Amino acid sequence: MKFTRRTAIAAIAALGVTAVPAVAQQYPTKPITAIVPFAAGGPTDVVTRLVAEHMSRTLGQQIVVENIGGAGGTIGMSRAAAAAPDGYTIAVGNMGTQSAAPALYPNLKYDPATSFTQISVVNFTPQTIVSKKGLEPKDLKELLAYLKANSEKLNYGHAGVGSISYVSGFVFNAQFGFKPALVAYKGTGPALNDLVGGQIDYMVDQSLNVIPQITSGTIKAYAVAHPERIAALPDVPTTKELGVDFIFSAWNAMVAPKGLPKDIQDKLLDALSKALDDPAIIKRYEDLGSTAPKGADRGPAGLQKLVESEVARITPVLKAAAK
Amino acid sequence: MWDLISNLQLGLSVAGSLKNAGLCFLGCLIGTLIGVLPGVGPIATIAMLLPLTFGLDPVGALIMLAGIYYGAQYGGSTTAILVNIPGEATAVVTVLDGHQMAKQGRAGIALGIAAIGSFIAGTIATVIIAAAAKPLTTLALMFGPADYFALMVLGLMFAVVLARGSVPKAIAMILLGILLSVVGTDIETGEERLTFGWMEVADGIDFAVIAMGMFGFAEILRNLENKEARAVVSGEIGRLLPNMADLKVSLAPILRGTGIGSLLGFLPGNGAVLGPFASYSVEKKIAADPSRFGQGAIEGVAGPESANNAGAQTAFIPLLTLGIPPNAVMALMIGAMTIHGIVPGPQIITKQPELFWGMIASMWIGNLMLLIINLPLIGIWVKLLQVPYRLMFPAIIIFCCIGIYSINNSPTEVVLTAAFALFGYTLIKLGFEAAPLLLGFVLGKLMEEKLRQAMVISRGSLWTFMERPVSLTLLVLTLVILVVSALPAISKRRETVFTE
Repeated sequence: MKFTRRTAIAAIAALGVTAVPAVAQQYPTKPITAIVPFAAGGPTDVVTRLVAEHMSRTLGQQIVVENIGGAGGTIGMSRAAAAAPDGYTIAVGNMGTQSAAPALYPNLKYDPATSFTQISVVNFTPQTIVSKKGLEPKDLKELLAYLKANSEKLNYGHAGVGSISYVSGFVFNAQFGFKPALVAYKGTGPALNDLVGGQIDYMVDQSLNVIPQITSGTIKAYAVAHPERIAALPDVPTTKELGVDFIFSAWNAMVAPKGLPKDIQDKLLDALSKALDDPAIIKRYEDLGSTAPKGADRGPAGLQKLVESEVARITPVLKAAAK
Repeated sequence: MWDLISNLQLGLSVAGSLKNAGLCFLGCLIGTLIGVLPGVGPIATIAMLLPLTFGLDPVGALIMLAGIYYGAQYGGSTTAILVNIPGEATAVVTVLDGHQMAKQGRAGIALGIAAIGSFIAGTIATVIIAAAAKPLTTLALMFGPADYFALMVLGLMFAVVLARGSVPKAIAMILLGILLSVVGTDIETGEERLTFGWMEVADGIDFAVIAMGMFGFAEILRNLENKEARAVVSGEIGRLLPNMADLKVSLAPILRGTGIGSLLGFLPGNGAVLGPFASYSVEKKIAADPSRFGQGAIEGVAGPESANNAGAQTAFIPLLTLGIPPNAVMALMIGAMTIHGIVPGPQIITKQPELFWGMIASMWIGNLMLLIINLPLIGIWVKLLQVPYRLMFPAIIIFCCIGIYSINNSPTEVVLTAAFALFGYTLIKLGFEAAPLLLGFVLGKLMEEKLRQAMVISRGSLWTFMERPVSLTLLVLTLVILVVSALPAISKRRETVFTE
């Protein structure tokens, strides 16, 4: 048979016809692409690779991580939103792409609350309030008083507009009425470097990023913005136990394009759940200062609720800042 | 001193085990083979090969990744020399004289001296890391944004020296490079600049897009002007390896390059980029006959390549001692560590000495492996140059496109590269050079970031650059060089440095 374009089209059509009914039972029959909208090696990438490796074993097909970086992760998520909802393209976004983005990017091609089939939160990473080693205050109460009096003379460092440390710092400073100068860096690494070097004064950043510096004493930690203490920082108190009303976690969430069949969604959630309950992964999460979603937080409904409440909390603060 | 020796001994016993040495060899080999594809720099190579290490224990995995890094870095120099395509910013200067040497049939010698220079630089840098990582870290932390900005201003001086043609044209190219570097999101306000609403360039234009378009593709366009089918190499291919005379000429540049590269490498914020540029400028300035530079001077390959490798290695210092990555490659290494369950940071030295010292020792072993792998490979690379050009150029273009696509999985960037190729070709026709533009582009990004950080921290006072001793010293140095270059008495000599 001569292989012409017409036979090729016929072959593809035939494949399509026979494949459709089989999808439900047999999924997955080929490797799955997981889009990570950030560079390889970052917090979202690391967590995705951790759970993807475990999920691949459950599903019997490889999950291949594809890093599509750019524009604060919105390029990768736009591409995920536009992909076919056949279960072979999934994506892992973070708090930035799934709740801060609409306030920051007016031309955003997706809506975090409606453009995706939600699967589940993958992990929460509580934020930690840290300062350079030489800052005077000894505890959180003193720090808040000190910032109240001096914040206009101080420098807050963040990893770029739209980054987690930018958003969490914005919410923190707005809530307590602090007005530091904002020093922008390209990424967390350079910002932390200058915090250790004492060029900037304080940051609110993901525990994951600051744990090594805190444990080695090169920066000061005041509190973890979380209801419970985290395993990697047993000596650092939480905002809740100190009676300060500031809870803030960064999170990563697994989603698929809108219109994903329910049974495929269930299969993916089941595989993710198995990964999250694996003691080896729980241990890894602890080292990273992360926690896995439990109970109502896990699954599509929990994620949908989280996305909506975070959008509602973050958007007004960022919009007000833009004015 | 004894500590140092016993620590290195521990490291060598870890890295020298048959399994780890094997992994290091494998990493270097794969790294070289992938890195030699035009356009696939160290970042793309490591990201691509990261999953390969998942099944290994953490020490073995990191040793293999370090091997991949060195291999990819050296592979990048290979393409720079052979086909005029710098895989990353640090290889831009290697193109200048390395490719000229290749055209004269001295590709083997250029590749050989790059390998030997890298090995010597690597050996010295390994000792520096082992002996002085801690004090150097303290020094690096004193560098604030203002000091960094002053260093970049000094760096711009190199761009003028890089130029072969007229100085005004070089300055125009530097400014254009800086202009290109501001495309993308403003880091302070989040406002998009010069993107014309185009999301794909919201994070700026990728270095590889400009480098590959303006060097690689533009060079191909120029070659295709000649009607007769020609190989890349016009002349006879001479000796494959450098001889004693070559080594003798190169030794001093290699040592100077190593010093410069090591010093700039451990600074935060990717100071390593400046290393090869600085080394090239120094060599050209002190050469008896600067006009040979740009025409295939071996010192112009030996010095920068050594600086490059020394910097690549001392860039591990902030990563190992602070757990803070100074550049994108190191950020990727941190990610790899985290995936393997290692939390990088100061505690690594005390908690996991076998990992810390094993990795340092593996750097030296990796450099040795590179030498072993590459010296025999040189023959094959040089043979490749004899492939008829009509077969060669489509292959280069295809590999470049794959390389560019793989950076962000973005088809737009491939198209953008084509646009820069046309632009680069036009510049060649008008007698402008791409190297100063690329340096302006690389430094421009850093300069803007550091300048604005310094200004925010000083609340807008320019005195901050005068008050800080490091920044003041660097600025005075820049001024001195400027005045010396401009003095009429020396201007004759300056002419010979800048033009030929």
